[in-house]
Amino acid sequence: MSEISSIIERAKSAAESTGLSVSTVSRKLFNDGKAIARLESGGQCTLKTLETAKERLAALEAEAPAPVGASGSTSPAATGEIISKQRMTHLDRLEAEAIHIMREVVAETENPVMLYSIGKDSTVMLHLARKAFYPGKAPFPLMHIDTTWNFRETIEFRDAVVKELGFDLIVHINEDGVRQGITPFSHGSQIYTDVMLTQSLRQGLDKHGFDAAFGGGRRDEEKSRAKERILSFRSPGHRWDPKNQRPELWSIYNARISNGQTIRAFPISNWTELDIWQYIYRENIKLPGVYFAEERPVIERDGVMLMVDDDRMPLDGQTPRNEMVRFRTLGCYPLTGANQSTATTLPDVIQEMLLARSSEREGRVIDHDQSASMEKKKQEGYF
Amino acid sequence: MSQTTLIKPSDDVAEYLRAHENKGLLRFITCGSVDDGKSTLIGRLLYDSKLIYDDQLAALESDTKKHGTQGEKIDFALLVDGLAAEREQGITIDVAYRFFSTEKRKFIVADTPGHEQYTRNMATGASTADLAVILIDARRGVLTQTRRHSYIVSLLGIRHIVVAINKMDLVGYSETTFNAIEAEYRAFAEELGFESIVCIPMSALEGDNITAKSAKTPWHNGPALLPYLETVDVRGDAVDKAFRLPVQWVNRPNLDFRGFSGTIASGSVKPGDEIVVVPSAKRSRVKSIVTMDGDLAEAGPDMAVTVTLEDEIDISRGDVICAGNAPAEQTDQFAAHILWMAEDKLYPGRQYLLKTANRIVSATATELKHKVNVNTLEHMSGKTLELNEVGFCNFALSAPIAFDSYKENRKTGSFILIDKRSNATIGAGLIDFSLRRAQNVHWQDLDIDKKARANAKHQRPCVLWFTGLSGSGKSTVANLVEKRLHDLGRHTYTLDGDNVRHGLNKDLGFTNEDRVENIRRVAEAAKLMADAGLIVCVSFISPFQSERRMARDLMADGEFVEVYISTPLEVCERRDVKGLYVKARRGEIKNFTGIDSPYEAPQSAEIDVDTSDIAAADAADQIVEYLRERGYLSV
Repeated sequence: MSEISSIIERAKSAAESTGLSVSTVSRKLFNDGKAIARLESGGQCTLKTLETAKERLAALEAEAPAPVGASGSTSPAATGEIISKQRMTHLDRLEAEAIHIMREVVAETENPVMLYSIGKDSTVMLHLARKAFYPGKAPFPLMHIDTTWNFRETIEFRDAVVKELGFDLIVHINEDGVRQGITPFSHGSQIYTDVMLTQSLRQGLDKHGFDAAFGGGRRDEEKSRAKERILSFRSPGHRWDPKNQRPELWSIYNARISNGQTIRAFPISNWTELDIWQYIYRENIKLPGVYFAEERPVIERDGVMLMVDDDRMPLDGQTPRNEMVRFRTLGCYPLTGANQSTATTLPDVIQEMLLARSSEREGRVIDHDQSASMEKKKQEGYF
Repeated sequence: MSQTTLIKPSDDVAEYLRAHENKGLLRFITCGSVDDGKSTLIGRLLYDSKLIYDDQLAALESDTKKHGTQGEKIDFALLVDGLAAEREQGITIDVAYRFFSTEKRKFIVADTPGHEQYTRNMATGASTADLAVILIDARRGVLTQTRRHSYIVSLLGIRHIVVAINKMDLVGYSETTFNAIEAEYRAFAEELGFESIVCIPMSALEGDNITAKSAKTPWHNGPALLPYLETVDVRGDAVDKAFRLPVQWVNRPNLDFRGFSGTIASGSVKPGDEIVVVPSAKRSRVKSIVTMDGDLAEAGPDMAVTVTLEDEIDISRGDVICAGNAPAEQTDQFAAHILWMAEDKLYPGRQYLLKTANRIVSATATELKHKVNVNTLEHMSGKTLELNEVGFCNFALSAPIAFDSYKENRKTGSFILIDKRSNATIGAGLIDFSLRRAQNVHWQDLDIDKKARANAKHQRPCVLWFTGLSGSGKSTVANLVEKRLHDLGRHTYTLDGDNVRHGLNKDLGFTNEDRVENIRRVAEAAKLMADAGLIVCVSFISPFQSERRMARDLMADGEFVEVYISTPLEVCERRDVKGLYVKARRGEIKNFTGIDSPYEAPQSAEIDVDTSDIAAADAADQIVEYLRERGYLSV
């Protein structure tokens, strides 16, 4: 971290813990309300200014009480009153719940794994996993079920994030499917998804003998997920029986399994799409570039705009055109609809999301295959 | 109500996010019977809070044509009825969680079905809720199920109730009807001890008094539903209670760091605070409260933290770190209310796994004090608890746990019961009080009887009495039976001539008197073993009816299983495995059964096996099957 970015971060947290606005802090440090914003967007300052600012910042930090609440949000000085007066926000609560679930699953299972799809939900889950076991390292590896049709950009992002955060990553590809030449184009989304995602997931779990897998599923995504438990059990064939779910009371989770059963654990079950975005914003979590608008080569298929991410995409005579687009969910590029957008920053994306009048799974081609299709897929072992 | 979550493009998103970041969270449960309109109400809340996106609406419209029960109107219930099977039946069959938010709060709604057989689902939804919305159909008033729902939510510790008197449109928005229902409900609910009850006249279908007060009920002085849910204070006093941190995970990334991770159940904690660990009673002080966002100056209820202590004391998962001056109680025997959630009944004496916030121990319900009729709240006597029944039970545990009463603390006073074999969650428990002083840990005064011993072995004791001629195959079959039972994890013993004649009965010969005494001693020994909970195989010729009857009479009803190995004499003699028949025929052995001493064949043996007909292995299978069918092998 450079000196400038470190001072920006400290200044911001000082702003939070003192309850001052960032511009006020900026004025106190630099005699200039906009200095921090300028430095943040790549501006420069002299070494002398920087030294002065550091001194003033240290003084400011000394005055400020240590943050209260996992979020480190504002807190009055008299600590006795802090907790009773300041309730946890909904994000604090969701975060605490997810951490509780992760710790519980890790304590009660033998060989857990976290499924990492690179999307925003699983990236949030990754962040929560770091928090749950800080200062230790999360005691499980990540597994990415690679369909070989991911956006190239997301694979680069995956490798960079895993390296930066120090996770162990297992990449599983269904080599049988690859050998049989199963692609979204040759076999249709249903067969392709079954082979390269559902079956591949089962293979990956079986191969490593994982007895529990964390997934980033949310109950607000889809109707059948609304009723799935936080710990959801799969029979030895990875099938889900929605009518025979264990009751889940309080925050007591029964993670005991019989031979061959496995667990899918959903620590962010109770988060909504908006919660995810708010949390990403609050925690400053890095996301893959495809969530942000950029000029990308697209073609249109059945009313859905698809990105031509590489030359495996059959063009059928169409010529890709460049459009400012972004993606609201990340799947395989041939199955993920692009949205026209000018949102290039996180606040832009959130603003767009708030204004959006169609829910996020719309962009996923697989959910539309048949009515109640997700429930069927899940019974067969789709995550 | 806020038009809220939607903002104009010109608005400052950062500003919006800051405002919404500081929202609170309210979890509530809706309960009502099948046609009270719960799902419609929740659908309406989702719809009106504008979180239903257009494409979901489009999908909804096509669904309505297929399954809808509301004619041309949008069927809001279809928004929330998730699983395909129940959509076909038109009933919600499980707990569904739904989310919506306004400017002031985020809401998590547990939508639970109301019919009696789904009491467990309601308890599930209620266990994490702070408030319950109880629906009443204005045309029908307070019904049995209204009482049941109210009792269950009160049992699960919900202190705030909204009585949604729905379908007011169908009673002409009558104030009189509303007032009568409100009066009846309040009178009944008095004994349930709710902190607040608010009654609201509404029509979920028409949207009256949902998001704003309706012009059709000008006589209603109270709030509309959503504005009330946005402001009701359900915080309770968890923060003022004594500090409890159930340790979930010991965080030990390296030799220099040893932290105890968990979610604070109640109270608050600061560095420097004195703590005591229950059950070990070790004391120390808090050194730091560690999170990835920096150490905290203080932490309070529901925060997931990692605490380090000043002293190196031994703490593991399952311990509870408590305020030094107010530790949790610890006990291995307590009384608790149990809600039974499985098809298999709760049997006092059977062993279960009991899981608290952070610990699993073995537990036995030692006594079912009474059952509670969830419809009338009357206490009833009973020997077992069935699915969806509530009982008040004494429990004995294999090790002491830290606890508070459920009334005092929902987090440290609750537990679930797990079936040892299927691992299913089969019961929910709310601890009332310890049955002994915390300091006196005595196991011995528990009455351990035959049933307790047998339950610990998951079997019903019995005596398999193999009778038949010498060489008929008694011991062969008995040995195979014991082997099969052993493979099934059952606890067994075999008494036969070999291990009895050489010890216990070595003073006895083969006269008729000695044969009688021989059988008497064997029967008494078998009885003791059955009392120890074993399945006993007794393999003796035992030729006389009367001795076999004596043995039968010694055992409890159904405990004596006579197995007649009816292999005919010719076959036995032909086999003559030990050469005894030859000797008997030559007169070298006297009083040999079948030759010069009678064998009285059983008249009504439970099992009859002729080993000249079937192989010994098949005979053994037949006998094990007999035991399985009659429930000897499962308790």
